[in-house]
Amino acid sequence: MKILVCIKQVPDMESKFKIDSAGTWYDTSELAWRMNEYDEYGVEQAVQLKELTSGDLTVLCIGPDRVKETMKKALAMGCDRGAHISDADFASKDPFEIAGIIAEYAKDKNFEAIFTGMQSQDRGSAQVGVLVAEMLGLPSVTTVVGFSYDNGTFQVKRELEGGVKAMVSVAAPALFTCQLGLNTPRYPTLPNIMKAKKKELLSIPFQELLKVEAKMETASIQLPEKKGGGLVLEGEVGELADKLIAILKEKTGVLAR
Amino acid sequence: MKALLIAESREGKVLGCSSELIAFSQQTGFDSVMFMVGSADTLPKFNGTLYLADSSKYADYNPAVHKQLILEVVAREQPDMIVFSHSSYGWDLAPRVAYSLGAAQFSEVTEVVNGLPVVPACNSKLRRSLKAKSTITVLTLQAGAFSLSEDVTTAPSVQQIDTDSHSQVTFIGYEQAALGGVDLGKAQIIVSAGRGIGGADNVSIVSNLAKALGGEYGASRPVVDAEWVEHARQVGTTGQTVSPKLYVACGISGAIQHLAGMKKSEFVVAINTDKDAPIGEIADVLVVADVKLFLPELTQRLQAV
Ligand SMILES: Cc1cc2nc3c(=O)[nH]c(=O)nc-3n(C[C@H](O)[C@H](O)[C@H](O)COP(=O)(O)OP(=O)(O)OC[C@H]3O[C@@H](n4cnc5c(N)ncnc54)[C@H](O)[C@@H]3O)c2cc1C
Ligand SMILES: Nc1ncnc2c1ncn2[C@@H]1O[C@H](COP(=O)(O)O)[C@@H](O)[C@H]1O
Repeated sequence: MKILVCIKQVPDMESKFKIDSAGTWYDTSELAWRMNEYDEYGVEQAVQLKELTSGDLTVLCIGPDRVKETMKKALAMGCDRGAHISDADFASKDPFEIAGIIAEYAKDKNFEAIFTGMQSQDRGSAQVGVLVAEMLGLPSVTTVVGFSYDNGTFQVKRELEGGVKAMVSVAAPALFTCQLGLNTPRYPTLPNIMKAKKKELLSIPFQELLKVEAKMETASIQLPEKKGGGLVLEGEVGELADKLIAILKEKTGVLAR
Repeated sequence: MKALLIAESREGKVLGCSSELIAFSQQTGFDSVMFMVGSADTLPKFNGTLYLADSSKYADYNPAVHKQLILEVVAREQPDMIVFSHSSYGWDLAPRVAYSLGAAQFSEVTEVVNGLPVVPACNSKLRRSLKAKSTITVLTLQAGAFSLSEDVTTAPSVQQIDTDSHSQVTFIGYEQAALGGVDLGKAQIIVSAGRGIGGADNVSIVSNLAKALGGEYGASRPVVDAEWVEHARQVGTTGQTVSPKLYVACGISGAIQHLAGMKKSEFVVAINTDKDAPIGEIADVLVVADVKLFLPELTQRLQAV
């Protein structure tokens, strides 16, 4: 089976974010980058499906040169080749343009399964996967937490609120957006990291694939105003513990025995 | 201006989000009509027209067909905006409708400021104001962001809506949540472990503190997904909703889906190495410290009391 998995490189969410000079995105200098958490589940599921069907798996990522580091992780996890869509300014593209680029890349390659994350951690639009499917005229199922494949049909579980799941089946070709906990993403082993270095990782300029226009733009990006918040305690742990106990005694009834 | 509000139902029951959709249209001063795939036996409260498609015919989940039904309503009503909840139903359906209409989609809107929708970015550490390039727009609303000051009590006037389109996706049925042993809903004190505890071996420093305080321990989702703690202890939209007297969040960043499960707690203490972690927004006390060092200290002192 021919399979495609789309991944995005995002900053570590524990970073301290600053606004860029245009005031429309975060400043990208001094950030640590990693694979979007949801996409790790997508890569793992794609690799498992590839192994099951003796298939062929392409990983795609739109972004500047630095995203190749993240793509190498996906290759080390078991993807066969990388399609890097080179775009230094991808953050200014809206989900419609990102999806348009992916759909244009995929359109005559006959992928039978496409995986994306359910959302990206930085932008969190939860749109790109479904839009790609709509553009390609494929059925799609979002928020997948259970996945199996047999004889041309996918059986998946969608996660709903409150721990309920919806069981759904769909014939190939189809697209799936992956939710946290779908599987246990493997750690790339050292031999696989070495092997990944020899795998194809081709860069394609985005201009060759961008055929659609944005539906929206960012007017501005801001740091949230602190809505009061509570007391912030810093210092040595012993003193902090004493302070916290004093506060709990004063403000809550829970320490009264 | 007119909004089409997309209400939700599951297994014949209306889900609570419809009042949030009404709150949104009231705040923005839009006229509104509503759409739902559901049952005529249980209808959402709404002072206006409800386009109802029968879920026994169209299933609870059948996105291509539900999309077609919505497009029928759009053709009749010509709304300027189509409003969903940012829920498993809404984020699945909204991009399909947006694509068919050539509309911009704003995901997880928390408020509208100067006419522009505001959405979170980077785990709510940033907020973005967005501007459409299309005339018609699609929105999904963050759960809990909009609420009514007064409950609507009117029944809607119902219009049946139908389509003969088909879907390639087959909805088979539901798998209910496994019933676990612990009911955190009743606990007065909950100490929860987040990914910041660093590993399964450190769950004990959290459960020890819970024991010293006379409470239960809970967890955030990654801790459950990694199987450090069983699912019954997960707090959040896809776990339990709790409202204890004291909630202690240990190494938890404060993602919206976690907050949704614990923000009704009376007193919240957060322990986090990141002073800017979003949990700080709702915590009464944020202790900036490493949980691995701080929790044992705290537990020891509490045991000595
Ligand atoms: C549809 C959907 C449903 C979801 N449902 C839920 C749900 O029900 N419940 C839920 O919890 N999540 C849910 N999530 C996931 C949610 O979005 C977050 O990913 C999750 O809550 C993050 O968990 P965390 O805070 O433990 O981990 P992280 O976000 O990784 O945060 C870890 C925190 O620990 C801090 N830290 C790191 N090291 C230390 C240390 N040594 N000492 C102290 N602090 C440290 C970091 O600064 C950081 O703030 C859902 C997501 C989606 C999309
Ligand atoms: N720049 C990108 N390159 C490749 N895939 C992407 C990119 N941006 C988003 N995606 C995919 O689309 C999913 C949803 O992203 P979003 O709609 O931005 O929340 C992600 O989890 C990725 O799988």
